[in-house]
Parts: sequence; structure tokens; C-alpha cells
Amino acid sequence: MITAERKPLEEIIEYIKPFKRILLLGCNECVTVCSAGGRKEVGLLASGLQMARLKSGTDIEIQQHTLERQCDPEYVEEIVSMIDGADAVLSMACGCGVQQLAMRYKEIPVFPAVNTKFMGASERQGVWAERCQGCGDCLLGITGGICPISRCAKQLMNGPCGGSTTGKCEISEDVDCAWQLIWDRLKALGLTERYLDIMPAKDWRSGGGSGPRKIIREDLAE
Amino acid sequence: MKTESNLEKVLAAGHLAVTSECGPPRGCKPEEVVAKSKFLDGIVDAVNVTDNQTAMVRMSSLAASVIVKQQGLHPLFQVTCRDRNRLAMQADIIGAYSLGIDTMLCLSGDHTKFGDHPQAMNVHDIDSIQLIQMVKDMRDKGIFQGGAELKGSPKMFIGAAANPFADPFELRVMRLAKKIAAGADFIQTQCIFNVPKFEQWMEGVRKMGLHKKCYILAGVTPCKSLGAAKYMANRVPGMDVPKDVVDRMASVPKEKQADEGVAICVETIERLKKVEGVAGFHIMAIEWEEKVEEICQRAGLLPRPQV
Repeated sequence: MITAERKPLEEIIEYIKPFKRILLLGCNECVTVCSAGGRKEVGLLASGLQMARLKSGTDIEIQQHTLERQCDPEYVEEIVSMIDGADAVLSMACGCGVQQLAMRYKEIPVFPAVNTKFMGASERQGVWAERCQGCGDCLLGITGGICPISRCAKQLMNGPCGGSTTGKCEISEDVDCAWQLIWDRLKALGLTERYLDIMPAKDWRSGGGSGPRKIIREDLAE
Repeated sequence: MKTESNLEKVLAAGHLAVTSECGPPRGCKPEEVVAKSKFLDGIVDAVNVTDNQTAMVRMSSLAASVIVKQQGLHPLFQVTCRDRNRLAMQADIIGAYSLGIDTMLCLSGDHTKFGDHPQAMNVHDIDSIQLIQMVKDMRDKGIFQGGAELKGSPKMFIGAAANPFADPFELRVMRLAKKIAAGADFIQTQCIFNVPKFEQWMEGVRKMGLHKKCYILAGVTPCKSLGAAKYMANRVPGMDVPKDVVDRMASVPKEKQADEGVAICVETIERLKKVEGVAGFHIMAIEWEEKVEEICQRAGLLPRPQV
């Protein structure tokens, strides 16, 4: 999923300072799963903002709504009627959702209420970790199912650097050495010989090197 | 002979080679590079010039290499994958060779987290093994990494690093094999304090016949003080400084610790000379270049051969 964390309240307050009627929009997908911008967080942020405005003595009206998916034009269309009653939109979706709103509703300012972080997986309750950088040319089939691009601090494709110590990365004891994990997997799978194959320099065109990326499925595109 | 590198000539003639290190200054102080060069003149076969070591901004390794060269020494141009993409690296390699630099070391680079610009983006467009491969293709096939023809190949003697003390240990010999397969001509190892562990690694190296495919220079460092020994033991990732070395430094009064550090270094070289497959020494006397001559003298590594 795409993970996110709510921005500091002060930053959000600053964005919407000049506005009275706010449409606060959550998203029911990734940001709900990582507890950053779903229905519950929309409610919490709304009360936080109301409280802050009460203190500062300025009026605020907040419409709360959570879309099924903010990155999908079909759902973004749902709020046509609500937009008219708002001076600004505050989105709790990832950056994709914020931009979808901004592109669709050109006359109204849209502000992000979360910082979009990374593509990750849940390690345990309340903990998410990066797992994919969307390089566009997946290597997991040859690295034992562990990604050296997203999980090695130096994106090394041919083995661990000299800073790998007792399974941990030199940058922090909280970070596993990706190549230790890969090596352990290759051993468990009986594929250690594979390590000797040199992985050639990566073609980053698929990973953003050739500009903003797009997928066009001729069979589906209208 | 693949190149005109002085280091290659010394090694090919069968001598134990000696290299040392010069960290460029953190500012426009060319005189500091000149001063460090003077300490190493006639003492070593090549001088490693570090590339923003520990991720701290310094005079570029290319510029400092040129200054070293102007002093009549043989620079060993270090290039890390941290700060430059493949275009910038190839441009610098061509530039370096055009300025008479014919020996280089290919490294991943210390992470920016450890330096004075932790805000910076780490590049890592390619890794150190892919860098070795790129330089070899530039030299031997006359092509750029992107495949286009290169007019006027840089005839670089290609070095790489190896750390026998990092984990997973069982992978360390294979990683060396991979660097050699990519095109490394010589290796400089991490500082060796734990000689038995290095011997164990070399056993694996010999088993795969890797010592016959490239020259292995054993890295050594004199401890300047007990504090330095403790720092390396506890704070530097991938360093293995056994307790007995720290205890030995602690066993002498403070004013004698520097001498003890040099003595340990000389003894280490003597022990390493007996290890089959060691082709020379890389003496990393960090900000202590003036001691390299004494270390070489006492370890019987002087005078340097004229080749």
C-alpha cells in the first residue's frame, strides 16, 4: 500500500487560515489501512481544527466526507455538489488523491493534510516499512523475494557493502541488512550459486529516469 | 601489463607493493595536499586520494589527485557511487586519465547519514561492482556504459575494496570473486587488526584461486591513541578491532600510546607478510601521514623498488 502520516496540526492550520468553509476529504483505501487519512482520522482532524479555531476566535465550518478512492475520477466526481459549499478542500489522501482533486476542481484550492511516505507493508500493528520503490523492472525473482532497491540503503545490486554487521545495516541497528536477508533466503532455497551472477547496471528508464511514467493498456483505454 | 600504472608495474615485478592515503582538505588548501604528499614521496607506490570520505565534502578526489601527481607521486583516484551517476563518473574517469592518472579504486561510498550533509540524496545509480565493470569496458572494449564507442580509452589499473570483517562472513570471499569477475585488478582490504580472521578469509580466497587472479593489498592502520582504537572498535561500521589490541593500547601511558600503535602496525605487517596471497600493504595513517615512512622503514618495506 501507499503509506502516509498526518502532517503536524500547525502546518494544516496555516494552510487553511484564510478560509472559513472547509471540505475535509478522507480516502477509504491505503491511507485508511495505515490509519492516516480514513474516516476516523477525518473526524479527529475536524475536531482538532475546530478546537484550534475556537481558541483563536475565528469561525470554521467543516464538511466531512470520505471517498472510496480519491485517485479515481469516478469517485472524485461524487463531491461536485459539496464543492460549491466550500472555500477550500483539505485532502487526507495520498499525493495521488490530492492531485486528482486539484485537476478536477480547478477553481478551488486543495491542500494536503498528510505526507505521503512510501510503498510499504505492515510489519506489525502500527508499524509499516518500505518494501518497493516502483523501479518498474522487478528484481524479486532473482533476489530471493527481498528487494535490494528499496531495502538496501545504498541500493546495492550485487551484495552487501562492508558496513553489514550481525545482520544490520550500517545506518541503523533498526534496519536489517537487505543483503543478509537475501543471502539467508538464497541459502534456504539452495540457490547460493546464484549470488555469483553479476547483476548489470540497472536501466532506470523504467524507474522514473525518463520522466513521469504512464501505463496505457490499449485493451482497456478509451 | 594492462596499463602504465606504477602500482601495476611494482606488483607485476613481484614486489610487495605499498600504498597509503591522502584525505583532501575541507577547503581550498592545496598546500595541505602538497604537505601530505611530501610525507609519502619515495615511500609508497601509489597514494589513495579519497572521494568525500565519510560523506564529508572535501576537495574533489580528481583535483587532489592532480596535485599529488604534480608533486611527482602516483595518485590512486578513488571514486564512490554515492555522489555521481554514471555520466558524471565516466566524465571524471576520462578527465582523470587525460590528466595522467592511471590507477583508481571503485567504491560504494559511506552513506550520507554519517557525513555533514545528511540532507543529501544518495545517488547509487550503479553499485561498486557495476562501476568496476564500467571502467573495464571503457578500458578494454573502448565503450561507454551506455554502449557507444569511446574514442581514446582510459587505461586504468582498476582497484576495489574488500572487507573480510563484515557480515555475512561466508559471503565475503564470494563478493571478492564477484569483484574480480567484474574486472578488479587489485584489492585493498579494510584495516586488519584481527589477523586470525583475515587468515581465515584468505584461506577461502586461496581455495577459489582468487589470489592468482588479482593482487590483494592488506590494509593496516596505526592507532594514534587508545581513544582512536576504542573509536574504531565501537563506532566504525565493519571494523573489527579485537579486545587484546585495545587492551595493549591501554597498557601503556598516554604519551607512549602513539609509539605502541606504530609498533602494533609494524608487527601486523610482519605477520601478514607470511600469509600466502598477500601482494602488498595499504597503510591508512589517517591524518598521520608523517608516520608512514617510519612504519615502512621498520617493516622492511624501504627503499621502494624502481620499476
